[in-house]
Amino acid sequence: MTEFFDWFTHLENTKPFVLVLFFVTFILIVLYVFTGKKRSQRLESYKNIPLNDDEADHHKDLNHE
Amino acid sequence: MANSTAQVEQYNYDIVRKFTIMALVWGVLGMTAGLYIGSELAWPLLNFDIPQITFGRLRPVHTTLVIFGFGGSALFATSYYIVQRTCQTRLFSDGMATFTFWGWQISVGVAAISYMMGYTQAREYAEMVWPIDILIAVTWVAYLVIYVMTLRKRSQPHIYVANWFFIAFILATAILHIFNNLAVPISLFSLTSYSLQAGVQDAMTQWWYGHNAVGFFLTAAFLGMMYYFVPKQAGRPVYSYRLSIIHFWALVFLYMWVGAHHLHWTALPDWTSTLAATFSILLLMPSWGGMINGIMTLSGAWDKLRTDPVIRFLIVALSFYGMSTFEGPLMSLKSVNALSHYTDWTIGHVHSGALGWVAMITFGSLYHLIPRLWETRMYSNKLIYLHFWLATIGIVIYISAMWVAGIGQGLMLRAFDQYGNLAYTFIETVNFLHEPYVARALGGLFFVLGIIVMTFNTFMTIRQGRREQALLEAKLAAKLAQA
Repeated sequence: MTEFFDWFTHLENTKPFVLVLFFVTFILIVLYVFTGKKRSQRLESYKNIPLNDDEADHHKDLNHE
Repeated sequence: MANSTAQVEQYNYDIVRKFTIMALVWGVLGMTAGLYIGSELAWPLLNFDIPQITFGRLRPVHTTLVIFGFGGSALFATSYYIVQRTCQTRLFSDGMATFTFWGWQISVGVAAISYMMGYTQAREYAEMVWPIDILIAVTWVAYLVIYVMTLRKRSQPHIYVANWFFIAFILATAILHIFNNLAVPISLFSLTSYSLQAGVQDAMTQWWYGHNAVGFFLTAAFLGMMYYFVPKQAGRPVYSYRLSIIHFWALVFLYMWVGAHHLHWTALPDWTSTLAATFSILLLMPSWGGMINGIMTLSGAWDKLRTDPVIRFLIVALSFYGMSTFEGPLMSLKSVNALSHYTDWTIGHVHSGALGWVAMITFGSLYHLIPRLWETRMYSNKLIYLHFWLATIGIVIYISAMWVAGIGQGLMLRAFDQYGNLAYTFIETVNFLHEPYVARALGGLFFVLGIIVMTFNTFMTIRQGRREQALLEAKLAAKLAQA
């Protein structure tokens, strides 16, 4: 068991391991985000959150004199 | 009005107001300190042989006040505002929020005074002596607890992407701050300490911290600001939410690797700085993806640029974000770095990011925020336009002067005559810098005048808001008395 952990203590092992791990994770994130029509629609619907907060209408033109 | 009162009860805006005011106070002080030290370089007479105001001591005062005082307070203010509004819930623990306010303000104020007194641990952007570091760490943990607990009790099922950037910023800054400041004090009652690392490892740790402070404090967090305030001010949702997700993950994956590009051509192993340069080039993609996402939010509503000065601040900020995130990877190339490093090109690059991106996105966001916090309209729109032009012209003068200074200085330091001797003496390069330094001071003056105008406008807005509130309360009291 300790040999398994020893493997991680060598930088020549962990560097490529982490590189592959991060790269694959990132590719999976990209695939998750850009595939599936329903998922895409759901994700895009979140963009309205800032506009849906309960701001009163009278605030809208506060920056205009 | 009843709705507004309900909002005040629903959300903790008091803490947002406090941090907003302090952002402007530190902004004026920090930028004035910057103008003064810039002028000292042009006219060294201004040092007056007074140790407390010499360039060496005032420089960290400037960087600390603008990065942590102005930028930090603005981030506390906007993140506390955004997390409450996008989660539709009140901030967790008013008491802890107040603690973060005082912890942060005391840290910044005491740090500035200590530098002028000559106390520093001489680590760039982390000059605070160890007791202040501990206070910052405690304050920051409280900030993390507040943020996470507020997210946990949200009414909105999805956590809006701006909050992802803020959480990444809080977590990364905690890690960076703790590891960069690991030090052994020489005694319990001494402000002097020695870094736990030594030599090249220490340099590496410092720039791992230094560049990620840029990446997570000055970029990721302000992107959080951008992802909320650009859609709000434009009145339309962000161009692509999916792109914002990719923007976030790519930025987080890539940024941590690039710090070593500050140490090209040093004792650092060659592969390390090459790796850092490679990741710096890769960073261009998420940076520009985010910039395009922000700018394209205005797609179909470009006319707002003509009529809304706040949108101008936000869009110009994004343009500078794009420009400085192009210039950064360019400067991280070893061949370019051989020319640019140790010259004023670096100072120009930092300021195109700090003034153009960080300060401009902050100004735009605060102009959106201030009328809503004090429930009135801005005192003067004309002053916002004036501020916009003062800031924009100031930045352009500043960075152009620094390009001339840096590239000229770099070329002079590398020039050889036909016999292989250096073509210029060091003092000749110093003489060459005088005129660009005068131009830089002029650019800085424009920028400082801009924030003074904003502070005046804010002061008058707050006064106006209070007056309106008092009038309303008087009317209400009169009605109640009649009834």
